[in-house]
Amino acid sequence: MKNNLAVFFVGLIFALGLGISGMTRPEKVIGFLDVFGNWDPSLMFVMGSSILIHLISYRIILKRQSPLLTSTWNLPQNKNITSSLIAGSALFGMGWGLAGYCPGPSITSLATFQFQPLIFVLSMISGMLLFKWIDKFIKFKR
Amino acid sequence: MKTEWLNAIYGGALIGISASLMLLFVGRVVGISGIIYGLLNQNTKNDSLWRLSFISGLFVGGLILSSQNPAFFSAAMSNGQWPLIVAGLLVGFGTVLGSGCTSGHGVCGVSRLSPRSLFATLTFVAVGIVAVKLFKLIGIVQ
Repeated sequence: MKNNLAVFFVGLIFALGLGISGMTRPEKVIGFLDVFGNWDPSLMFVMGSSILIHLISYRIILKRQSPLLTSTWNLPQNKNITSSLIAGSALFGMGWGLAGYCPGPSITSLATFQFQPLIFVLSMISGMLLFKWIDKFIKFKR
Repeated sequence: MKTEWLNAIYGGALIGISASLMLLFVGRVVGISGIIYGLLNQNTKNDSLWRLSFISGLFVGGLILSSQNPAFFSAAMSNGQWPLIVAGLLVGFGTVLGSGCTSGHGVCGVSRLSPRSLFATLTFVAVGIVAVKLFKLIGIVQ
């Protein structure tokens, strides 16, 4: 219960960061990707400041024996650069440029109760289910 | 400095703090596509609960943002619903195949200096840039 409450607030802070930085405005995201057109570089600072903070905090936090509320670290271990990684990221980049939404901001934008983020999120979940289904036959090496 | 650059820095800082708290509290990365995909797989109740808590936080954060200022959100830039549906499918499928999105690879992975995440981030940003150029050229994106 305590853990889930903590994770809830982590999500809430994340959403506030997305909103304040401009990530929940598709036209800003597309402006950021429009390097060859009317480029809006401001979103570069979002990645810049978030990475700067986490680059430092990550190293300090991992000096602990364990996290505060659980007993073990649960971090991604895969080190291989696979064709799935590249192909998947390329498909994601295409979708990101088309709608201006990535997964986090699309969920946060559901709170506007508008039709567009809802359509996007439902399609995103369908895309994930499609992957799950195809993966049964192909067994992607991710 | 320009206001929107400062906002990007402040918002990014909140995102970095959120990623740090996730690691400190429960020892996990904030990978939003992975958090959602985990819900679509058979899971223990506990595993689903923390994921739902995080997503609720993202949503409630959105409610707070839109109650403070609706301008934190804007409409998508694509013409019509079909691009949004296609974009959602691409983002859903792509992020699972590529094991992450802007949060998991772009913020957490890059901060951990994971070569996999650096590669993925470069790929989706580069493809996003080319995609926006192309979509603007053929008029799918305004």
